[in-house]
Amino acid sequence: MADKNVETTGLLGWVDHRFPLTKMFKEHMSEYYAPKNFNFWYFFGSLALLVLVIQVVTGIFLVMNYKPDARFAFESVEYIMREVPGGWFIRYMHSTGASMFFVVVYLHMLRGLFYGSYRKPRELVWIFGVGIFLCLMGEAFFGYLLPWGQMSYWGAQVIVNLFSAIPFIGPELSLWIRGDYVVSDATLNRFFAFHVIAIPLVLIGLVVAHIIALHEVGSNNPDGVEIKQGPKDKYGRPVDGIPFHPYYSVHDVVGVAGFLIVFAAIIFFGPEMGGYFLEYNNFLPADPLKTPPHIAPVWYFTPFYTMLRATTSDFTWVMAAGALLAAVLLFAKGRLSGIWRLAVPGILVLVAILMKVLDAKFWGVVSMGGAVVILFFLPWLDHSPVKSIRYRPNWHKVLYAIFIIDFLILGWLGTQPVSPAYTVLGQIGTVIYLAFFLAMPVWSRLGTFKPVPERVTFRAH
Amino acid sequence: MSQHPTQSDEQGAVDPNLPPDPSRRFWVASACTLGGVAGVATAVPFVGSFAPSEKAKAAGAPVEADISGLAEGQMMTVEWRGKPVWIVRRTKAEVDALSKHDAELADPNSDRPGFTPEWAKNEYRSRKPEYFVCIGICTHLGCSPTAHFQTGAQPGLPSDWPGGWLCPCHGSTFDLAGRVFANKPAPDNLEIPPYVFSADGTRITIGVDEDNKA
Repeated sequence: MADKNVETTGLLGWVDHRFPLTKMFKEHMSEYYAPKNFNFWYFFGSLALLVLVIQVVTGIFLVMNYKPDARFAFESVEYIMREVPGGWFIRYMHSTGASMFFVVVYLHMLRGLFYGSYRKPRELVWIFGVGIFLCLMGEAFFGYLLPWGQMSYWGAQVIVNLFSAIPFIGPELSLWIRGDYVVSDATLNRFFAFHVIAIPLVLIGLVVAHIIALHEVGSNNPDGVEIKQGPKDKYGRPVDGIPFHPYYSVHDVVGVAGFLIVFAAIIFFGPEMGGYFLEYNNFLPADPLKTPPHIAPVWYFTPFYTMLRATTSDFTWVMAAGALLAAVLLFAKGRLSGIWRLAVPGILVLVAILMKVLDAKFWGVVSMGGAVVILFFLPWLDHSPVKSIRYRPNWHKVLYAIFIIDFLILGWLGTQPVSPAYTVLGQIGTVIYLAFFLAMPVWSRLGTFKPVPERVTFRAH
Repeated sequence: MSQHPTQSDEQGAVDPNLPPDPSRRFWVASACTLGGVAGVATAVPFVGSFAPSEKAKAAGAPVEADISGLAEGQMMTVEWRGKPVWIVRRTKAEVDALSKHDAELADPNSDRPGFTPEWAKNEYRSRKPEYFVCIGICTHLGCSPTAHFQTGAQPGLPSDWPGGWLCPCHGSTFDLAGRVFANKPAPDNLEIPPYVFSADGTRITIGVDEDNKA
């Protein structure tokens, strides 16, 4: 051990000889140089980590009183709410935490979209992040069955049946997922296992990978300038970077304080958030014979749910036409080379034909799933010469605004009962959502871009 | 260390940059393949444990419903295999109206496979025109539609609504023979379970056909 160079002494020195504690602290905190021009939007990464900790801790305590059994599950949640000392507080922290997780993560993703944080060399940071988002959706879905209320039951019934739309293997697959011919005790037990063990393990692994990948390439910033390529001081540190600790660790405490004010206000004054965070129908025990008159998923799933509902057999004509148009454009004007020039348009034509061969039900599931999966490809869809929205043409900002409004409208529609007018609106919204991403390789390189500065823009304050 | 001087001296040290030894490649590949096969084989029982248990499979016993008290235009629900099964006693007018809107239906003759037994491939999709029996689970994503037997315009339904069911989840509509209207999310008509009437016609047994098979 004598050959190992350790500067620390005493107990810390003893540990450092055996475990790289100080080394890791330096690498990820005190000598991790983050751009100095972070703004408001950079709070949401650390806030997501905070919510993860809240969910894990409150979850552990809920499991101590919850019973994953179709006969007792609903009762045990009410028992937690009414009879376990402080149980209501722990449960409301967990249920509010679930919604706030999505608030924070959606804003975190939007930040990435604004500043091109998914662009080279941060593709893997983004991909791990989308993986985390998928895990979160899984956690939210599996967790929502556990209270065994009406919405739990029928929500799970609908989502599991999504898989039955897959041609050939679908019905068998959804039977396999449920473990019974209907959502039942077997389903509840396995969802419990997924919610408390399987997905959290994957989720935490992905969070670690997300942070390691981020610290390997360094943080992006609102200007989309690489500080590692900028000037360095005499110690080799980027002059536009500041140590994460103490500067951003302290900075993030401000964000945490602000977040906790909102979080506590919701828990104490409106834990149901008008039926958006906790749906009223879920205060009724699950009844396998009766679907509630109006069923809608929790708000964070509603944009995708609208896309599912929007895909009727009429709408597949529109989607088929879109696929054909894309095939023609790619063949005539695309920048694909070699075999891809024929293969990609060919696949699109095949998709257009299958649109009318397979059930609209299947394509509804595809557009809903595709709306999430497409995010994985964002690093390769964006061809703009600049990363940050600050240096894009102004009409790009308009497109982003349309996209955000579209996403909000899709979300609102998903909470509403079906009507012909809303279906058409949902279909328009779905086209806008998909076109935003699928046409990005084209629109993202058009227009006059502003010159990107050599260094980050920063005013000392 | 002193017992094995040859392992630590200069001659025994192996150059870390040696190229891979091709003679070992076969054994490395074989070991990985066999290990992989064993791994996949181990996964089989785990994957299999997700399938319905013997208990769940056995729970599909037939159920009997007493329909002697069912008035015209009324519907009752019984549970079979955990699913709601509806029994509707249609009025004469309702039965007569069934043939009038074939053009608006996705599959008026129930030609698509899997949801309609041969004996129910008629205008009424039932054994007796008066009584309609079906599984009350939407063929889209498995919600249970709600009954809207009153004809005519009402919220969420067309103005020429002939009476039937509306699925609250995604808006699929079904007529009083459980046939899905065209251009709705649900692809198929409501499933007709196997069932038989008792000899006196006052009881229905759901889960068995005339040859007494489930």
